[in-house]
Formats: sequence, C-alpha cells, structure tokens
Amino acid sequence: MPPTSFIRKYIFSLDHKVIGRQYLDLGLVAVLTGMVLSWLMRFHLAYPASTIPLLGWIAPKLAAGGVITPELYLSLMTMHGTIMVFFVLTTAPFAGFGNFVLPIQVGAEDMAFPRFNMLSFWVTFVAFLVLVAAFFVPEGPPISGWTAYAPLSAIGKDAGPGMGTGQTLWAVSIAIFCVGQLLGSLNFIATTLDLRTRGMTLMRMPFSTWAWFITSVIGLIAFSVLLPACVLLILDRVAGTSFFIPAGLVVSDRLQAHSGGSPLLWQHLFWFFGHPEVYIAILPGFGIISHILPVFARKPLLGPKVVLACMGAIGFLSYTVWGHHMFLSGMNPVSATLFSVPTLIITIPATIVTLLWIGTIYGARLRFTTALLFCLGFVSVFVSGGISGFFLAQPSIDTYLHGTYFVVGHFHFVMGVAAMFGIFAGTYFWFPKMYGRMMNETLGKIHFTLTLIGVYCIFMPMHYLGLAGNIRRYSAFTDDYMKGSLPLHRFITMAALFTGAVQLIFLYNLFWSRFRGAKAPPNPWQATSLEWSIPSPPPFDNFGGHHPVVGHGPNEYGVAGPDGDYVMQAEPEGHGVA
Amino acid sequence: MIGIATITMSFAAYTSAMVVRQSSGADWQAIPLPPILYFNTLVLLASSATFVIGRRRLAASWATGASEPAASPAAPGMTWLYLTLGLGLLFLAGQVLAWRALAGQGLYVATTPNSGFFYVLTALHALHLLGGVAALLYLIGRLTRGSGPTPVNALGAVSLYWHFMDVLWIYLLLILATRL
Repeated sequence: MPPTSFIRKYIFSLDHKVIGRQYLDLGLVAVLTGMVLSWLMRFHLAYPASTIPLLGWIAPKLAAGGVITPELYLSLMTMHGTIMVFFVLTTAPFAGFGNFVLPIQVGAEDMAFPRFNMLSFWVTFVAFLVLVAAFFVPEGPPISGWTAYAPLSAIGKDAGPGMGTGQTLWAVSIAIFCVGQLLGSLNFIATTLDLRTRGMTLMRMPFSTWAWFITSVIGLIAFSVLLPACVLLILDRVAGTSFFIPAGLVVSDRLQAHSGGSPLLWQHLFWFFGHPEVYIAILPGFGIISHILPVFARKPLLGPKVVLACMGAIGFLSYTVWGHHMFLSGMNPVSATLFSVPTLIITIPATIVTLLWIGTIYGARLRFTTALLFCLGFVSVFVSGGISGFFLAQPSIDTYLHGTYFVVGHFHFVMGVAAMFGIFAGTYFWFPKMYGRMMNETLGKIHFTLTLIGVYCIFMPMHYLGLAGNIRRYSAFTDDYMKGSLPLHRFITMAALFTGAVQLIFLYNLFWSRFRGAKAPPNPWQATSLEWSIPSPPPFDNFGGHHPVVGHGPNEYGVAGPDGDYVMQAEPEGHGVA
Repeated sequence: MIGIATITMSFAAYTSAMVVRQSSGADWQAIPLPPILYFNTLVLLASSATFVIGRRRLAASWATGASEPAASPAAPGMTWLYLTLGLGLLFLAGQVLAWRALAGQGLYVATTPNSGFFYVLTALHALHLLGGVAALLYLIGRLTRGSGPTPVNALGAVSLYWHFMDVLWIYLLLILATRL
C-alpha cells in the first residue's frame, strides 16, 4: 500500500523511485557546491592578487581581505574533489538513476531490501553533512586533497590548518559514506539476481541494468576496502595508533610520538579503492549510453554481448591497475611495469566499446534529441580524455606528467566530464518517466552545445599546460618560470565561469519542466525496455499489481514490430520479430 | 523471495571478510596471545555445533507437524538455539577478558602496531558477531511468538552468517597466531 503521510512518502520513503530522486537531488546540491568551489579556485589561479567580494567576510582567517591563501586554496581543492568524486559521480549515475530505473527494468515492484535502501540514502546524506561540517570548524576543511595521503593526514594539527578537526570529519564522513554505498551495492546485486520478472533472463537485461550490476559488484569490493582504511586512519588520528605513521617523523618541528606504521599502506588501500572508483563513476555512463544510443539510432546496439563482456573485463581489470597512481611513490621499476601493462590492457575493452558505439550510429538515421547529443558528447570527451591516458600509463612519461595539469585535464575529461555527460543524457532521457513531463528540447540543445564547447575550452588547454611543466596543486603561478602560463589560466577561468553559467539553463529547464513541461506519454522515445511500458510517472508498485512477462531482449530496434520499428520487451515471445 | 536473504547474507559475509582481510599486513614485535583465546575458540565452535543441531531439530519438527506452521517455544530445537546464544555471549565475554589480559600486560591499542592490529581485528570480529547475536535474538523472537510464516529463510541466513563468523574467527586466530 502506498504510504499517505508526507514524511513516509517523501522523506523516509521505502519507494525506490523516491530514493532514486533523493539521491539525484543530493547529487545536484553537491555538484553545485563543488562547482562554486572550483570557481573560487579558478578565479584565484587567474587573478592571484584580486579580492573576491564577501569572501573576506565569510572566511576572515583563511581569506583575509578576500584574497585566497594557499592553505584555503588547498582546502577548496580537497573539498571540491571529495564532494565531486563521492557525492556526485558516485551518487548520481549509480545510486540515483540505478535506484529509480533498475527495479523497473528488471520488472520488480521495488528493491530487494527497501529498508536497507532507505538506510543507504540517509547514511549517505549524513556523510554529506559531516563532510560539509568541515567548512564550519575554526581551521576549516583539510588541505590534504581527496586522496588524504598519510602520514600527514594521520598525525593531526601539526600537519597544517584544517588537518585537525577538519581531517577527522573528512575520514568519518568517508567511512559513513562507505557504509551507505555497501548497503546500496548489496541491494542492487540482490535485486538483479533475485527479483527479475518471468522471462527476464540475464541476457535480456537492458545494458544499463547490466552496467549498474557490474558497478555494484565493483563497489562492494572497493568500498569494503576503503572502509577499513578510513577506520585505521581515524584510529591513528584519535586513538594514537600507528598504522600509517612511521617512526621518527618530525612535522612542524615536532617529533611525532608514533612508530612502525607505513604511509604506503594508506596509498595501497586508498588506490585499491580509488581506481575501481573511477569505474564506479564511469561504468553507469557506459550503460546509459549503450541503452540510449540504439533508441535514437533506431538500430540495435552493435555487438551487445561484446559490450557486456567488455564491461565485465573493465570491472575485473580495474582491480589490477591501482599502482599506476603510485608510480612516484618510489616503486620498484618492475612493479611499475607490472601495473603499467594492465593499465594499457584495460584500454582495449574501453576502446572496443567505444568503437561499437560508433559502429551503432554509423549509417543510422539519428533522432537528434538532447539525450542523444549528450551520448555523442560522452563518446567525444571519453575518447579525448582516454587518449591522454595512454601516455600516463607509461611510468617513464608519468614521472614527468604526474604532478602537472596534464593529469588534471586527463581525469576531468575521462571521469568527470564524461560521467557528467552520462548523467545529463540520463536526465534528459528518463526525466519524462520520473516526473511525467517532457524537458524542453530547445533549451536542452543550447545547454549541450555551450557545455561541450565550454568543457573543451577548460580541459583541453590543461594538457598543454601539463606538457609545458605547469605544476598542479599550486595556488598561484606568480613565480618567474610559471608566469608564462598565466594568460592560458585566465582563458581557462573564463571558460569555467562561462560553462558554469550555462548550467543555469539546465537548472531552469529542470525546474520549469518539472512543473510546466508538456505531459509525457508512457513511451515518448519509442524505447523497448520495461520502464517505458508503464505510465509516466510510474504508479507506486510500478506495474499496477501484475508482473510483466518478458518475451524479448532490449535490443530489438529496426525490426517490424506491432507499434513501429521496435519490439517492446514486454511483448509476448515470437511476436513481431522481423 | 526465496533465497534472497541467504544470498545477501553471504554477500554481507564476503564484505566483512574483505574488511577484515585488507587490514592485515603487519609484521613487527610479537605479542603473546592471551591463552583464553583458545578457550574462546572452542566456545565459538561449540556454538556453531549447537546451532546445527537446533536447526535440524526445528526442521524435523516442522516436517512432522505440518499442521502447526510455527514452532512453539517448547520445540526441542529452541533449547539448542538458546544454548547457541549463550555460547555466543560467552565468547564475547571471553574476548573482553582477552583484551583485559592484554591491557594488564600494558599492551593497549596504541602501544605497538601489533597490539593495534590485534585490537582492531578482534573488535571488528566481535562487532560482527554482535550483529549475529542481534539477528539470532530477532529469530528467536519470531519463533517464540509463533505467528506468521515459519522463518525458514531467516533461519538459514542467520545460521550461515553464524558459521561464517566462526570460520572468520579461525582465520583471524591463525593470522594473529602466526603474524603477530
């Protein structure tokens, strides 16, 4: 029975559709926060001496007179990275869309464990509050970056401003976040394996469901490593243990009363999570693109089984490459080679999938909706960012590039912008199903065009800055040898402010369409998967009390079906096959 | 819904195994393990055995008394479940004694990396076992009330989890005994 009280219906809801939207709303709040932080950083990089109005009033200690101090810059960087990676790129494409769409796509009424699901969201929400609380402690947020390298992250106040309470809050927040994601992953796996409706064999599952399933397997392993890492870090900080702190460490002229720990242990634990996390962010995008491209190409996805095999291979290989983040840690060259080889191998399945996408749209009569445009944009930025990965995978080249803007450009393209484009594609595609109203296509296309131009203007020049030796993590480039990069940094800042402003169009479209958009029919895109066989928005129990019987795979486009050139998955078997 | 609980519990189990496994990686000054740990191990093994017997008895009573869907508190298996619960709590109490024994030798969580790992691993295991105790209490509550369908899946899931905690402890004890 659908709950009637406001709190049970919209706040502590057990309905996967509400929880999915809650995750997306959390992601939206987080992405706006992260974007404002990046604006502040970009402004300071371009105009190091200029004051930012009101900032001096908000943060009198860290930005006296409105000029960002180097410490505040690092705090902003840490919070930008942490918020974006954990609370945007993990929550929105995986937990957000996955929660809303996955149970419907497999023909279930809800997730396997609705209570765990609710708990998962609220635990994540608490983690976000704890992280944001770091802004409000006297010394501000930590300055250790989103990777929080030990030993400086483990010893407390001596390591610098924000490394006291701020860093503890960071570690606690991430530990809580892990618990939320473990509960979510568990739920996704159980739902996919056990709640599929009759006829929904594994090979008939839509690609998006496959991608979320693989992502949740990755997430289950990755977050269950990060959780103990954070627990050990917290113990080092508050209980005086020495898991990550070596003997005889002197920081800020004070001998640290710890001994026997290994800072490298943190790096290993962190990156054993950290690299798979990249795929937790991007694989849902893979699924969304593989799901949406055939709809607007009106052709089946090329090599569907190969795509699935490649996604599985990426998931597996993602656990063998973490060391490529640590080439600079004094690693044995043999180990570096051992990590470099799988890093190069993992590009093979990624390349195959990309080529299959391009093959799918080759010769197709594309329907240029905004969702399709963002899919094409995804392919574009993923390739642009992926190619720079080939260079970084070589230990010898990485030694030069690792500390430069080349890496910043690389991962923002391949992980940040690509995943964001996946989120945008999913939003424009599933919005009608979520809210029962269509988004404005004209505004959507303007949003896409300007965003695509904007992100290339931001991140492409960073590669050249990196090649020229422009160091990352510095708050200003006023020294002699780096002065030459300043004009380009100003250009990037302009592009970043412009691209950020363009997102206001998206926000306006989002809210306007939610209340004023044209009414959406059940299947506006003529797609095949189960979510399009039910009303928009779906009723409380998704299928109105009956269990759909699936007779077809998700990929039957370009065939003679009962309603046009496609066959819905819910059509009886043998019906309408070309 | 059949089997979901079991599968998920095994995933939960797998997760906890990863959690614990990943944190082992230390090899410094050895610390003597408190001998009570071996007694605790026996207690935990015994609790698994009583759980097996209890589950068999319950299943047998369900198979024969098909007209009576839920087991009454007097069912023969219940005694064994209570025994399991008691042994589980005894194990936890024994672990507390082990910690006190270490503390008595002046070994605290921050004293050496080894004692740190000892406390963290045993505490994490105890925490997980406490979850098992809570699940067992919930199960006993459902069986005692006797209303609703027989909790076959829940019984299977809790039993699997309990045995897993047992296996996990043996694994931890081996690591602690050989690596610390």
